[in-house]
Amino acid sequence: MQNKLYPIILFIFLSFCFIIFYKGLSNSNIYTPKIDDKKNIPIFKAKDFDSNIDITSEKVFEESSYYIVNIWASWCVPCRKEHSLLMELSKNQSIKLIGFNYRDNLKNAKKFINELGNPYSQILIDSDGILSVEFGAYGIPETFLIDKNKKIVEKFVGPINQEIVKKIRLIIK
Amino acid sequence: MKTLKIFLIIFLFIGFSQLKSDEKNDDFKNKILKNIRCLICQGQSVYDSESDFASSIKLIVDLKINEESSEDQIYEFLREKYGDWIIYEPELNKNTYILWFLPLLLFLFGGVIIFRKLNIQK
Repeated sequence: MQNKLYPIILFIFLSFCFIIFYKGLSNSNIYTPKIDDKKNIPIFKAKDFDSNIDITSEKVFEESSYYIVNIWASWCVPCRKEHSLLMELSKNQSIKLIGFNYRDNLKNAKKFINELGNPYSQILIDSDGILSVEFGAYGIPETFLIDKNKKIVEKFVGPINQEIVKKIRLIIK
Repeated sequence: MKTLKIFLIIFLFIGFSQLKSDEKNDDFKNKILKNIRCLICQGQSVYDSESDFASSIKLIVDLKINEESSEDQIYEFLREKYGDWIIYEPELNKNTYILWFLPLLLFLFGGVIIFRKLNIQK
């Protein structure tokens, strides 16, 4: 009886391992941090892009409206690609766009904005990337949607597209 | 001359103590950085990576150490931002029970099999 039981247990164990590894093969091996709960926006202080004056997060997000935080840089090619969509979003009155200029040369960043237009109501300088880490970003471009209660409700890694714009419009309706 | 020698010895002693304490701080910082996963080059730790993300994390860890945050507090800060996956050594919680206890269970199971086999042979 025991002699029969061992192969059965072994077979079940090996099948279990096979299923786990087989399932694992179909999963993406690139990890993307998810937002499980709505997180409050972090408290921070940063320099304003135009005036170079220190500004606090309370001041940046003082209005009771939806905000989009977009992390960009002049050296980032996908940022160039998504810029027209940000310009389109900026026409919407019920949303404010805040840009974080990530690890960039200020001169190049200004040239980028002059060339492609400025969709942001305010741009903050994130010269060492710490501000972006506070928001839980790890690459650029990254876009966060913040609701009226100052909570991060959506996070989009990579350049935004028409589908994401539609999703944002649906949320802020 | 004697006073000068004493001053020189004290000065060198303070200098070396400072060096020793810097070395200790660096060891502590490196230990933390080696346990943080770089999310850009996901096979590397932040310690090994030269990506922008890794440089920012290195700066943050430096700041947190200067603020006298503990190792666990630093990990907690990063977990809150990026999830459990950013730390190489996962903490014990309901999602990691299997990870922590399965090897132990398999070890015990193997032990029981060996023990029974030996008993049968006797």
